[in-house]
Amino acid sequence: MSAFLDISHIDMTFPTPKGEFTALKDVNLQIKKGEFISLIGHSGCGKSTVLNVVAGLHQATSGGVILNKKEVKQPGPERAVVFQNHSLLPWLSAYQNVELAVKQVFGNSKSKAETKEWIEHNLKLVHMDHAMDKRPDEISGGMKQRVGIARALAMEPEVLLMDEPFGALDALTRAHMQDSLMEIQNELNNTVIMITHDVDEAVLLSDKIVMMTNGPAATVGEILEVNLPRPRNRLALAEDSEYNRLRSAVLTFLYEKQRKVEVIPTAAKTEAKNSEDDSAAASA
Amino acid sequence: MTDSTSLTFKSTSTNPRFEAAYSWSKQIFKTLTLPAVGIAVFLVLWSASSMNIKTSLGQFPGPVAVAQQFGTLYDEHMESREKEQKFYERLEKRNAAKLAKDPNYQAKQRKYTGKETFVDQIGTSLITVMSGFLLAAAIAIPLGIWMGLSTTLNAALNPIVQLFKPVSPLAWLPLVTMVVSAMYVSDDPWVAKSFLNSMLTVTLCSLWPMVINTAQGVSTIDDDLVNVSKVLRLSPLTHVRKIVLPASIPMIFTGMRLSLGVAWMVLIAAEMLAQNPGLGKFVWDEFQNGSSQSLARIMAAVVVIGFIGFLLDKGMQKLQAWVSWDK
Ligand SMILES: Nc1ncnc2c1ncn2[C@@H]1O[C@H](COP(=O)(O)OP(=O)(O)OP(=O)(O)O)[C@@H](O)[C@H]1O
Ligand SMILES: [Mg+2]
Repeated sequence: MSAFLDISHIDMTFPTPKGEFTALKDVNLQIKKGEFISLIGHSGCGKSTVLNVVAGLHQATSGGVILNKKEVKQPGPERAVVFQNHSLLPWLSAYQNVELAVKQVFGNSKSKAETKEWIEHNLKLVHMDHAMDKRPDEISGGMKQRVGIARALAMEPEVLLMDEPFGALDALTRAHMQDSLMEIQNELNNTVIMITHDVDEAVLLSDKIVMMTNGPAATVGEILEVNLPRPRNRLALAEDSEYNRLRSAVLTFLYEKQRKVEVIPTAAKTEAKNSEDDSAAASA
Repeated sequence: MTDSTSLTFKSTSTNPRFEAAYSWSKQIFKTLTLPAVGIAVFLVLWSASSMNIKTSLGQFPGPVAVAQQFGTLYDEHMESREKEQKFYERLEKRNAAKLAKDPNYQAKQRKYTGKETFVDQIGTSLITVMSGFLLAAAIAIPLGIWMGLSTTLNAALNPIVQLFKPVSPLAWLPLVTMVVSAMYVSDDPWVAKSFLNSMLTVTLCSLWPMVINTAQGVSTIDDDLVNVSKVLRLSPLTHVRKIVLPASIPMIFTGMRLSLGVAWMVLIAAEMLAQNPGLGKFVWDEFQNGSSQSLARIMAAVVVIGFIGFLLDKGMQKLQAWVSWDK
């Protein structure tokens, strides 16, 4: 049996001025249709790189990605991406941003009225129908991110790829967006890969949490199955023992097994190491 | 005076109405009063120093003499227009009379050949600069976009652009003139050779800022936007139309404004050197003429040249504000 999305033994090396840099080594992951996967790991370990390879924006050095029995060779709308910083076209309104994607994907297969209806439907899904005609610089960060999600959803992708979609949001907006996403996911049952830094977010949203080891040559460390019943409620889960077990499993992985030197500069040595890490992350 | 008013306003600034009036008066002071003072000081200095400059053509003209020349230049223009009209009336009458005598008479259509007036020269210069500039834009913007998209093309063409950018119009002019007179041979020319010479010189000089800025604007488009385009699999043409062009509009306009400024300066110089019709020729003719009025007339031309340059830039700015999204 072959998986719906097969990330098969990916290696990724980047040429740098200081020689080859192996970011990923033998990343192997099989995803079923309709599964919600979280990718979690320390900053700079290679999460975005994995996502970009699946999106087709990067070509793996060896290994490959197979979606629906077809090899991924280039980017395409069947693998919609929600970018870390929304990436809306600043000169277009929210509506027009979604429209560009819809027109490109559905072309002539939808009539004018259907196109309009579909765009509005998707903006409604993310509760942005009240600000459709606003341009990105006229709406808040959370709203921009929602439009970005609406744009991706409107493409009816086979896989939805999200790179820290809520990373730049405040805690309240973030919680609200997570609930919206769960609602939408419940309705549409998309196959999703989401990168996150947030342990609660990962447990709350995912069917599986994929934990990555630290780079260089990062790979899949452990995979945690989340079998909490849906729909999930963040308040009820706070008391749930299974939820807390999963949560501490992820925390243990991140802060014990894959422990990174923390940013508290206790000695000159750690400081030097940290600034090295920072510059590596910044160059990504 | 303004100082004392602003003081009274300040003392009552707890009242919002007075506060508004105060900030409004400050605004007026900045946008109207200060420039007016600047101009007044300039005029005083000009007229004071002009009295102390004696040239072989008499005293250097002060503001008053120049202002008078504006009147004279305008009168001359109206006079010439009147003459022209009379000429055509006479021609028509004569043709009608001859036609009445002899129905087979072929009416003569002669053209009025009076000297171009100052106003005519302004018109000629404006048409020339716009033609040259638009031709340059039509070449430079597509080329710049292409260079911005293709690092290969950019690497290939960049040295050429850098080499030609600093070339003075005076160096292009003889080449353009020779090439035009060799290539543009026609019994019934569509446009005058002199126009073509000026225009092409303007084009050659105003190409480069547009090419450079457009290419830079295109090559520095946010990677994320390019990735959006890739994920959507936009065709190359749609990519340019929907992503590249709007994203680089600000830089393209920066280039266009620079270019139009260059174009206007280059044109005047080219007209002077080649004595092609236009404001440059007007200046040169007055210089050669050497009458006691010449310097005042040249000074009037200088003021007009400056003012047109200013208006061209303002117009470009307005156009930019109208088409661009990053206001
Ligand atoms: N184009 C590139 N050239 C060279 N090195 C790169 C490139 N892209 C990424 N890297 C390196 O690969 C490693 C993984 O980068 P990546 O962006 O995937 O990390 P990440 O897990 O997404 O980090 P973050 O959580 O901070 O976004 C980093 O060490 C980075 O420096
Ligand atoms: Mg990342």
